[in-house]
Amino acid sequence: MVFLHQLFTIFMKDLRLEWRTREAMSAMLLFALLVLVIFNFAFNPDRELVLLIGPGILWVAFTFAGVLGLNRAFAAEQENGCLAGVLLTPMDRGAIYLGKWLANLLFTLVAEAILLPFFVLFFNLELTHEIPLLLLVCLLGTIGFTAVGTLLAAISANTRLREVMLPVLLFPIIVPVIVGAVESTGLILNQQTEGLAGFIRMLALYDVIFLVTSTLLFDFVLEE
Amino acid sequence: MRIEPLHTAANVAAVVAWGAILGALYMVFQYVPMERTMGNVQRIFYFHVPSAMVSFLAFFICFLASVAYLITRRRGLDIAAAAAAEIGVVFCSVVLITGPIWAKPIWGIWWTWDARLTTTLVLWLIYVAYLMLRAYLPEGARRANLAAVVGILGFLDVPIVYMSIRWWRTQHPAPVIMGGKGSGLAPDMALTFRVCMVAILCLFVALLLRRIVVELLQDEVDHLYREADVAPPERG
Repeated sequence: MVFLHQLFTIFMKDLRLEWRTREAMSAMLLFALLVLVIFNFAFNPDRELVLLIGPGILWVAFTFAGVLGLNRAFAAEQENGCLAGVLLTPMDRGAIYLGKWLANLLFTLVAEAILLPFFVLFFNLELTHEIPLLLLVCLLGTIGFTAVGTLLAAISANTRLREVMLPVLLFPIIVPVIVGAVESTGLILNQQTEGLAGFIRMLALYDVIFLVTSTLLFDFVLEE
Repeated sequence: MRIEPLHTAANVAAVVAWGAILGALYMVFQYVPMERTMGNVQRIFYFHVPSAMVSFLAFFICFLASVAYLITRRRGLDIAAAAAAEIGVVFCSVVLITGPIWAKPIWGIWWTWDARLTTTLVLWLIYVAYLMLRAYLPEGARRANLAAVVGILGFLDVPIVYMSIRWWRTQHPAPVIMGGKGSGLAPDMALTFRVCMVAILCLFVALLLRRIVVELLQDEVDHLYREADVAPPERG
């Protein structure tokens, strides 16, 4: 109970911070929207091509925007010694990680929820009964990359050039998420079910492994 | 940690590696018969596969040293992890360079996104990022902690990357050695391969020990500066 309360406190702190500045959300949304627009010019896709490259475009937009949000999460903590303040509170380090991760997850999911209709609209897709499955894939994929991303953001916040360091560390490690999410999104958009369960299971497995490992390793990241 | 025994070991390994590499070159280019279907280009296999094995070994050492570092906090383990990652990236680069040279005449393409190729490339990217992280952090216990976390996370990711790409597609030739039924090398080739394996392994050990010795010496120099109360010169 105490653990959950601590987790919730950190989560609410980040939510409040974001609500007052709206920095991360606005940057993520605008950036992701730009990715969609730029890719449209880059490929000028017709109906068939959209079904082929659409999933890739969507996940590039999601992950790139996600990196922006993740970078913000710990950059803000570095200012005015905020992180030291958080560490001075008698909190479990795991609760700090999970609280920050949940906040990042929520921001990214909200951005995705706003973005997805634009994706459907810009590329003239017609979605009906595929939507629940698509949302499940978005959820699992986003859990995966924000779980590792929160840990790596805490690491890269210590470096010079932290904005560069995070994607360099993150993208090779989330290759399985990208593969799983893009493939399953593609299958869903093309209304195929063969192999879909396998990819979804893989995403879920990745989420569990990296959430547990990251929670355990976060302790060492915060150590002075 | 005492430096002298490591230094001696590094020298011994270097001499052995030197001899073994000369032997390996003779075996690969003179002794071993030409492979019937692939021709000369097959000889690259004798360097490609041992380099791949050694680079995986190096990353595994980096992982073990990282775990051990987080438990014991000994500076020597941090140095070992960094050295193993550096040498691992070198051998991994050799793998990624020799692979396409072989693949072009045999497969007709330089590169394909199959499980093993992709995993090797991702592995290379992860450890280059690891080295970059180390380069961008100031020296000290904090850097050792953060690097160890990435060293562990990166290595855990490897089997998952492999599995995920396997789901996706696979083209690399099945393991020739210990690959089960119908696999295996002709006796001449197996002998050559073993010599090359030993040579590359010795080279790896020599480089790894040398790298660790250099880092330990650097520590000692820093220590001497501190003792003499003189600011150490800027290191670039």
